[in-house]
Amino acid sequence: MSDITTPLVAADGTPLKRKLAQSLMRSRARAFGLALPLLAFILVLFVYPIANFLTQAFYDARFATLMPATTQALKDWDAASTPTEEMAAMLVADLVIAKKEKTIGKVATRVNREMSGTRSLFTKTARSAKKMEAPFMEALIKKDKDWADIEVWQAMKTASRVYTPAYLAAAVDLKMLADGTIVRQEENRRIHVILFWRTLEISFLVTLFCFLLGYPVAYMLATLPARTSNLLLILVLLPFWTSLLVRTTAWIAMLQAQGVLNDLFVVFGLAADDDRFSLIYNKTGTLIAMTHILLPFMILPLYSVMKTIPPSYVRAAKSMGATNWTAFWRVYFPQSVPGIGAGALLVFILAIGYYITPALVGGQDGQMISNFIDFHMRKSLNWNLAAAMGLVMLVFVLFMFWIYDRIVGIDNMKLG
Amino acid sequence: MKTIMSLTTASVLAISAGTAFAEGSITAVSWGGAYTKSQVEAYHKPWTAATGNTVVSEDYSGGLAEVKAQVDSGAVTWDIIDVEKSDAVRGCDEGLFMEIDHSALPNGADGSAAADDFIPGSFTDCAVANIVWSTIFAYDSSVMANGPATIADFFNLDAFPGKRGLRKSPKANLEMALAADGVASADIYEVLGTDEGVDRAFAKLDTIKDSVVWWEAGAQPPQLLADGEVAMTTAYNGRIFNAVASEGKPFEIVWDAQVFDVDMWAIVEGAPNAELAMDFLKFSTATEQLAAQASYISYGPARKSSAPLVGTYHSNASLDMGPQMPTAPDNFATAISNDFEFWADNQDELNERFNAWLAN
Repeated sequence: MSDITTPLVAADGTPLKRKLAQSLMRSRARAFGLALPLLAFILVLFVYPIANFLTQAFYDARFATLMPATTQALKDWDAASTPTEEMAAMLVADLVIAKKEKTIGKVATRVNREMSGTRSLFTKTARSAKKMEAPFMEALIKKDKDWADIEVWQAMKTASRVYTPAYLAAAVDLKMLADGTIVRQEENRRIHVILFWRTLEISFLVTLFCFLLGYPVAYMLATLPARTSNLLLILVLLPFWTSLLVRTTAWIAMLQAQGVLNDLFVVFGLAADDDRFSLIYNKTGTLIAMTHILLPFMILPLYSVMKTIPPSYVRAAKSMGATNWTAFWRVYFPQSVPGIGAGALLVFILAIGYYITPALVGGQDGQMISNFIDFHMRKSLNWNLAAAMGLVMLVFVLFMFWIYDRIVGIDNMKLG
Repeated sequence: MKTIMSLTTASVLAISAGTAFAEGSITAVSWGGAYTKSQVEAYHKPWTAATGNTVVSEDYSGGLAEVKAQVDSGAVTWDIIDVEKSDAVRGCDEGLFMEIDHSALPNGADGSAAADDFIPGSFTDCAVANIVWSTIFAYDSSVMANGPATIADFFNLDAFPGKRGLRKSPKANLEMALAADGVASADIYEVLGTDEGVDRAFAKLDTIKDSVVWWEAGAQPPQLLADGEVAMTTAYNGRIFNAVASEGKPFEIVWDAQVFDVDMWAIVEGAPNAELAMDFLKFSTATEQLAAQASYISYGPARKSSAPLVGTYHSNASLDMGPQMPTAPDNFATAISNDFEFWADNQDELNERFNAWLAN
């Protein structure tokens, strides 16, 4: 008599359940093994460098490493009382080393970021630091009276922090004082918040224009007979495959004061020859060029979603007495919403980080936050601030994504 | 036997390939356009002819970011780079450039020592000047018959209506604004060193802000003028000269309140061919080469001994280059000498303020 609870066994006698788990495990391991190169690629060349760069947003050990004794001395200072002789002595000692090791430029650049005009103070003082003798504070002040200014010492104290919120604060127009309090930046130097808002505004408008222009096109492509629609689809794809730079410069030729469009306006009497429209090197130019460049990213997801909507639904609605508009609005449109969601999210997120087009056609009021990240990367070499701005932007995009998920639902999105 | 044969063939090939490249090659980075062309003609080709080494020419648009990225990552591919003075000093302080022994530079053609031959301010710890260039403003004389004559006219929209082109940077703009507001050339940086002075410069810029088209690359201003996009624009003098001399454009340069500066050669720290680059540097800053360059573009040679050798434009023997130089006496009366130390100290703050001013 056999026990019915005896587990089923495979041919070699192991329980079938375990055998099954093993084989599943193997196939999972194989799948993981196949994906491993891509995973490693992304981790090493994408995630790691970005994460590493973003740490610069709040980590800056330059001053602390290059001026160790001064950093130690500044630690005990309350940033309000008169700087002590000990601090001066440590500073002179560090300056002598920094001069010898040729790191003084890095130190000076770092402090100059906290207080303009201190760069030459450091390089100049370092040159004669070797000859200085106690009392050091007097020697420093004799060299340059700016050393008597407590603000210089406060700037050094701020610079000596290794983990510092200063850059993130600067990225949102705030300023960290030496005692750690955070205040608003002086009015004529506030810029980033305006830019974040403008980036948002431009991205939103571009998304809206792309939707308004793209929806009818996608609808037409999806409903026309295949032969015609395929031909028209090529007209959408052709610019999509053309270089971004080429399309942007083409817009410059079209929109500039002596350009094609303005010439036409003059011919048709819509504008006076000496008073042509400013269509480029401003926000208008950025909006026009970006809308055109991002339009395929709206049309293509819309098209592929609309393709799957059976035309019989609309016919059914009409046969039951719905007007054209009701049939569209109540039956067709709701089914195209996943395409709108995908297209809008795609366009919005691409637009928010847009860089080349606004740089070329944006003039002064069509610049976006990415142009200033570029500025700090390439021109001012303040990579910490660039990282901080990038971090703020990344957090913001993730936040938008979250909002989108809450309102529309990410599962509701379809790319085709 | 067969193996030995192929090995021999391989080594013969390797040797012949070796000789072909034994002369070596350096990568020289400069600003592109007519300027790089003048260097290729005056420096690169003669150097290749004299030494057999070749020069790979690359373009960049200024700034130290690429150099910093190369040095920081330890993957340096550039050997020698043409930089503005303020960047030469900053790059040196940040350890991006190698220090240069200026005593190794050859004497001038007239026998004077290099230290005396170069104009003052030509040496920094890590760089040697090659040319004097200038930011000027220019207009199209076929559009404006009675063109502007002074910097004040540039800011006078009533008498000279039309758009203005300005470089998207506070440099030179603030200086010119103050000059237009009546500050003498010698006092510009003293005034600009005070908060009131900066306010005053921005207030002057405010008067034309709405009519400004901003440019970034040196090739843009001549294009803006040619397209009729602007009535007048600031520009690098060599670019305007080039448009006039080689393309026959009817542009006029106004030298009032020109802001002049030197461009310098610097050798990148850790450059793969640093020794060759140094040799190239010595060769290209010699009297003859600097004088030869001046026949291709209207930037003044940094050596005094080159001045007598400056001749005519390379493709037009009736075009005398002397009067085209920023340093020509007629052009130089109200010139402003770019104060690199002022900018090294204040550019972070002024850039920020300038950007904020632009965005509002």
